[in-house]
Amino acid sequence: MSQTVEIRWHGRGGQGAKTAALLLADVAFKTGMHVQGFPEYGPERMGAPITAYNRISDAPIRVHSNIYTPQYVAVVDETLLESVDVTGGLKEDGAIIINTTRPKSEILPLLKGYSGKVYTVDAKKISLATLGKYYPNSPMLAAVVAITKVMDKEAFLREMELSFQHKFAKKPEVIKGNMDALRMTFKEVQ
Amino acid sequence: MAATDISKITEKSKWQDITPGNQIYGAGTSKDFKTGEWRTQTPVWIPEKCKQCLLCVPVCPDSSIPVKNCERLEFDYDHCKGCGICAKVCPFDSITMKEGQ
Amino acid sequence: MSIRERLSGNEAISLAIKQINPDVMPAFPITPSTEIPQYVANYIANGKMDTEFIPVESEHSSMSATVGASAAGARALTATSSCGLALMWEELYVAASNRLPLALALVNRALSGPININCDHSDSMGARDTGWIQIYAENNQEVYDNMVQAFRISEHKDVMLPIMICQDGFITSHAVENIELLEDDIVKNFVGEYEPENYLLNPNQPMAVGPYAVSNYYMETKMGQRTAMHNAKQVILDVAKEYEAISGRKYGFFEEYKLEDAEYAVLIIGSAAGTCKDAVDKLRAEGKKVGLLKLRVFRPFPAEEIAAALAHCKSVAIMDRTDSFSGNGGPLGAEVSQAFYNARTSVPAVNYIYGLGGRDIRVEDFEDIYSRLETIAATGQITDQFDYIGLRK
Repeated sequence: MSQTVEIRWHGRGGQGAKTAALLLADVAFKTGMHVQGFPEYGPERMGAPITAYNRISDAPIRVHSNIYTPQYVAVVDETLLESVDVTGGLKEDGAIIINTTRPKSEILPLLKGYSGKVYTVDAKKISLATLGKYYPNSPMLAAVVAITKVMDKEAFLREMELSFQHKFAKKPEVIKGNMDALRMTFKEVQ
Repeated sequence: MAATDISKITEKSKWQDITPGNQIYGAGTSKDFKTGEWRTQTPVWIPEKCKQCLLCVPVCPDSSIPVKNCERLEFDYDHCKGCGICAKVCPFDSITMKEGQ
Repeated sequence: MSIRERLSGNEAISLAIKQINPDVMPAFPITPSTEIPQYVANYIANGKMDTEFIPVESEHSSMSATVGASAAGARALTATSSCGLALMWEELYVAASNRLPLALALVNRALSGPININCDHSDSMGARDTGWIQIYAENNQEVYDNMVQAFRISEHKDVMLPIMICQDGFITSHAVENIELLEDDIVKNFVGEYEPENYLLNPNQPMAVGPYAVSNYYMETKMGQRTAMHNAKQVILDVAKEYEAISGRKYGFFEEYKLEDAEYAVLIIGSAAGTCKDAVDKLRAEGKKVGLLKLRVFRPFPAEEIAAALAHCKSVAIMDRTDSFSGNGGPLGAEVSQAFYNARTSVPAVNYIYGLGGRDIRVEDFEDIYSRLETIAATGQITDQFDYIGLRK
């Protein structure tokens, strides 16, 4: 029987939640999985809440609907916790991964009594420490890989390094920072 | 593809005999349409009055005034529809219109 | 050797266009098909293909320029969506009646109004009577495969008709999925060079395109188009067979999914077919005899084949992703019902409209549809001949 992991991403237009979903699909594809990565599209509005989705499976994926009962939810912008029902449909045996600078104790009351696992990661701190700028994507991606276990961490790091080498062929100096961000996230996410 | 013999495409042709997309192969096939048959009035050229100013030539909508060696010739009655513009434009009354063909 | 990749539908069709390397591509951007000319322009700028790209000022112009290029003897195509297709209206008929084998990469999007950028089939279904071949896709793989086959069908001497390769806006166009690609030279050999018999830029044979056809010629011309569309049926099957030989993937007028012994069947076009397949598997596991007919070729319409494939069912739901506002259901509902009537097939059939303006349709919605079909077969009563799925009421 095939296993399909469903992940929903919440972010704001321009923050890269869609890109993160596509990156996750990319790296999962490279480790041999069947993937889907797609955004829920509306008018393009910077800052407006957006949703993106991933399905990752060991078998071909045919379903083309949105994801209503995900195993995992990733929240790229914690200010969405107050305006968007981020835990809507989220499976109780799943998990939510939230990018926040605040301690988990301050986040939990915002989750409407969600009883599944809650993980937080301070992507800002990690990003500033490793890249000197705030790019939440790499830490969020690593956090999602660490929690969902959709792929082996080492395989993930290997593929990301290849991908960064390709993407940053003209500025190789940023590759190390991005790789450090991924590794640091593996340690920090809790 | 050989040039289309438009004389063989008529209002009696079966659909199989119409070219795909009504394409017409070969150039200048409009010459084969004798539009002169439509004429109800006919221009008459009076060479003795004509100064060969050639004002009539460019105004003819049917290119029915042939020119050779900078001089106009007799009307091409196969294609002249008898509109009368040439007669109107002639400054020397060297073109008159007569009723009928 | 196929190439394992992951691409969005827009990336997939752009890649097919790159491999085909047509002579001319005029285009004007419109969501959600904008990426197609964007990717193609990138390929050209990077020297990966040498297509003449013509940026134009509207879709009226993009289709006009495509028609002009095709008449001149070029292999030409364009891309559009929704209102862009509507603005091409006049030229769609011109392309078909002039028998020009050009292609259009259509990314299906709802027509205004109300203004909406998401998927439904109102754009292409509105153009169903323009004389174009229309082929639809369930996923990115099919989008790619259909594009590679497109010119072989449209340029066939028995056909010579324009072809629309349709995919669902955003649902496939912007979703990244696994895909298997063919190598460049395999596609190149399969598609071959376009060598038109007659074309405007042939100095040895001048010609006229698109002459005025008075009443005495017009119907005969239309009969030519009708015959070409009929001929397209065999050509589509022949090209699919050849394509299977190079790709290993089978195509026909439609895909029958667990339909052979099905008592209850859904007939659907496009990406929602994949979602329906998951519902079929789920219900089959519960012992229910359900199946799916996914229509790939809408023009030419395989009426007899559809009627024959569904004749054994106890009830059928015909799913339209657009409404005709005819009071008699959607376009697919009307045409399939007519096909049933002409084939003297008396399967009870309902016509449900779904997914308008991007409204999502889920596995559960299909489970519900199959349960409604079961009720219809059990009671012999149809209480909802025409219905909207997923409507708040």
